[in-house]
Amino acid sequence: MEIRYAKTHEWAAKEGDLYICGLSDYAQEKVGDIVFVELPETGAAVEQGAPFGVIESVKAANDLYSPLSGEVAAVNEALEDEPELVNSSPLKDGWICKIKSDDASFSALMSEDEYKEYLKGQDD
Amino acid sequence: MNQNGISSLWELSSSGRRGVVIPRSDVPAAELDDKYIRKDAADLPEVSELDLIRHYTRLSTLNYSIDTRFYPLGSCTMKYNPRVNEQTARMAGFAASHPYLPESMAQGNLELMHELQKDLAELAGFKAVSLQPAAGAHGELAGVLMIKKYHESRGDTGRTRFLIPDSAHGTNPASVAMAGFEAVEVSSDDRGNIDLARLKELCDESIAGIMITNPNTLGLFEEQIIDVISTVHACGGLVYGDGANFNAIMGVVKPGDLGFDVMHYNLHKTFSTPHGGGGPGAGPVAAADSLKDYLPGPLVGRSDNGSFTFVQPAKSIGRLKAFNGNFGVLVRAYTYILSLGGNGLKAASESAVLAANYLLSRVKDVLPSWYDRICMHEFVSSGQSLGEGVHTMDLAKRLIDYGFHPPTVYFPLIVPEALMVEPTETESIEILDAFAETLRVIVKESQDQPELLHDAPHRETVSRLDEVMAVKKPVLRDIGRI
Amino acid sequence: MSYNPHTEGDRLKMLEQLGLKAVEELFQDIPESCRYPEVDIPDGLSEMEVKNRMKQLSDRNQSADDALWFLGGGIYRHYIPSVVDAVLSRGEFFTAYTPYQPEVSQGTLQALFEFQTMIGELYGMEVVNASHYDGAAAMAEAALMALRCKPGRKEIVLDEGIHPEYIQVMETYLADSAAVIRMGRADEASACFITANPSFTGQIRDLKALGEECHAAGALFIVHADPLASAFLERPGACGADIVTGEGQPLGIPMSYGGPGLGLFATTKKLIRKMPGRVVGCTQDAGGRAGCVLTFSAREQHIRREKATSNICSNQGLMALAAAVYLAALGKEGVAGTARLVYDKTAYAADALNSLEGYSVDRSHPCYREFVLNCPAPAEAVAHELQKEGIFPGLALSRFEASPYGADFKENQLLVCVTEMNSREEIDRLAKALAGYKGGSK
Repeated sequence: MEIRYAKTHEWAAKEGDLYICGLSDYAQEKVGDIVFVELPETGAAVEQGAPFGVIESVKAANDLYSPLSGEVAAVNEALEDEPELVNSSPLKDGWICKIKSDDASFSALMSEDEYKEYLKGQDD
Repeated sequence: MNQNGISSLWELSSSGRRGVVIPRSDVPAAELDDKYIRKDAADLPEVSELDLIRHYTRLSTLNYSIDTRFYPLGSCTMKYNPRVNEQTARMAGFAASHPYLPESMAQGNLELMHELQKDLAELAGFKAVSLQPAAGAHGELAGVLMIKKYHESRGDTGRTRFLIPDSAHGTNPASVAMAGFEAVEVSSDDRGNIDLARLKELCDESIAGIMITNPNTLGLFEEQIIDVISTVHACGGLVYGDGANFNAIMGVVKPGDLGFDVMHYNLHKTFSTPHGGGGPGAGPVAAADSLKDYLPGPLVGRSDNGSFTFVQPAKSIGRLKAFNGNFGVLVRAYTYILSLGGNGLKAASESAVLAANYLLSRVKDVLPSWYDRICMHEFVSSGQSLGEGVHTMDLAKRLIDYGFHPPTVYFPLIVPEALMVEPTETESIEILDAFAETLRVIVKESQDQPELLHDAPHRETVSRLDEVMAVKKPVLRDIGRI
Repeated sequence: MSYNPHTEGDRLKMLEQLGLKAVEELFQDIPESCRYPEVDIPDGLSEMEVKNRMKQLSDRNQSADDALWFLGGGIYRHYIPSVVDAVLSRGEFFTAYTPYQPEVSQGTLQALFEFQTMIGELYGMEVVNASHYDGAAAMAEAALMALRCKPGRKEIVLDEGIHPEYIQVMETYLADSAAVIRMGRADEASACFITANPSFTGQIRDLKALGEECHAAGALFIVHADPLASAFLERPGACGADIVTGEGQPLGIPMSYGGPGLGLFATTKKLIRKMPGRVVGCTQDAGGRAGCVLTFSAREQHIRREKATSNICSNQGLMALAAAVYLAALGKEGVAGTARLVYDKTAYAADALNSLEGYSVDRSHPCYREFVLNCPAPAEAVAHELQKEGIFPGLALSRFEASPYGADFKENQLLVCVTEMNSREEIDRLAKALAGYKGGSK
């Protein structure tokens, strides 16, 4: 499964007709214990790079930015009761939403290697 | 019941037990349609008066307070809260006066407010003061709304952005956002000042103004303040002064003279009124000629016949609070100004700055200040020089073991592992020495026995609390749970 | 008077440590032309002189304790038990800071937690925060919160009977937003509908009916409820309130010329992340010991900065403590009993004054603590006349200018306030004085 990343640390991967999205392992580690995820609404139109949710830890609340443009097809309702899934399984059980999007929006994201390279410049 | 035996009020309760007894009714019971009446009584405590007094007396012993310990919280100005202030605020003519008294029957209150407006304006070099705002952040909102209305009244409607230095309190960006502006961050330079070059790039006709805390939250006086202010004025913006740190400069410099257009005071910091475990405070707001007509009203003016009366500024942004501001806090602050006088206020600021520099000089070899300059009433160090794997939070908690309240930590945000210390002028040199010595001991411990810091505090009723659980499984009201 | 402990010797020692000759050298970063200006404030006084001066000022005010008192209008004269000030005067409470360091603030935190619980009981609400500046600011913040909860809806709809000064505060708070304030009933453009129980003029509202109507329009139902009245009247929480605000001054807080008061703010668990203001929660330490802590802080300005739910950075902590002590001191029966007493006395007074020739009270709807008395002459003149005899019969409503969102008050309307502090004999004296007013009898 090809996984691609946004500079704002969200990931996306193709799943059937849809793209599944979440927060990167690097970002969940930075944020720390996640206590709440404000999910986008199913059916909402989202735009690549625009805020579409909030991720909250005890000492911070950060906007989540949509990695893709399109329409929210499903959200991970398990996060309502278990937001810590984003910490324990950021790339799998802690997925955030599924977006109906096009390939152009997806290919505009960084590849896994490019993201790894990008992260090297993040920690100072 | 928690560890040291402090039950909740409900655990102390017993059905039918009475505390304060209310008088018997001397009028007939009146009818009321059932639909308006609550069906079950509120489950309030049922405790005796003695149990009540013991409950709160015991709870009080779990608090650190200025009355019990040194409280070096940076940016909070935890100075002594004089007892005479408490007595004057409780005088019957003040405490039992009603806000809708005819003005002729409240001349004492109005004169007090008038004098306080005058003294605050004089001390900071402004033309007029409104006593309405109930806290610093409330004063900020007032000031920013005044600036907004000023631009609008001139038909200058394109100014949508407000400049905020990156060292600012969180209230600054929150206040400008509440007033509908976009907050634009201005970086600091390598001496802890506002980066003037960056400021010049940012200043254009979209800028409504700038909020400046001076001395800033690094405890430093802006070295280029005149240039900063004139740069913002040159692009048509106005300058807001956050008076949180006014305790450093009373009688030493008037912000109005420097070109500030509007500023708030924190009476609960600079003017010795108690913090009360979170409030009430008071945040009067002062204005220069440019903005005095926009102040939130009403203010107190004086008529030709010498009597005092409420007046509404011509272009006022309106009311920020019902009635007359936090009047009880104003009484305390005015008592303080009478006690210290102009000479005493200046001496207080000088002593506050001297004490902070003295304390810094006693610890700077082990906890260097982030910017190596003369500080004002507070200084900011970094916990980066602590032992491996030890953080500022650990040092803060370890101070509790030694009987000191921790300083402000992790603020300002631009200093990693920040530690912000403000001693105030009311602490003796012996206390400053003892605190410096303790900091030195803890820094040493952080290298030799870091576990002592990680697990601190060791002797309090509770140790570090699980804040993740507090959010994930919220218990915000739950009878008898504690 | 000075509270500065530094002796001349201490000062010299500190300067010496710093390698300085004079304290002025510490201020060299300040532009020289502005340094050490003239300050025209007299020198300090001794404590004795200060108290004399303050006593002079205090004596020039009318104290409600020395009069027959029926003046309310948002700030009320209720009995304050002795224990309230005894607890508030403890330095461990009033000289403490905001409880950001929970290990050394359990006293303040537990007291606030218990305050939240008690207000929650009175209002029938799940979540109560640790308070706002006053009732007016709480109501304005509730309107802002409704706008956050209902994006796309821009109307703040007010029921009749919202305090005129509260409306003014709301106008200031909403000056920026695209929101529109109007009077009436909610529709699909409304973010919220705000009612007050009792209303500014003392009317008891039918919260259930108003709530249903509001929710049918999809708007948030906001009730500004008097906390004392809520011990007797139906709880807003039982009528579907999404947000409840209130002024806590009746709960053991002196009138003090209108401040400090206590802004009460309650909501539902569902809306907690949209709520402004600090809140205390209960949790555990590593050893399993229960303790209180400020929580849900990620909403607040010190973390969320420009995206915070409000810029508020304080609360009325000491006033919240006063309310908690008041409620616990009177207790379950005492609070309900006082609330009932106020209702009965108000009804007695309303009937008594309604029976006076030339005066009338609209008795077609129930009222609590206050009612409008229609006078045979301008209310201002009636009040002025009675004040000469030391009777403050109420508030002349003509002081409030007509507002597009508020009621249009008439010149002869007097808002009369009755609390448990007014004995039957006092009410009878008021009636007699009104009847004797020179334009008062036909």
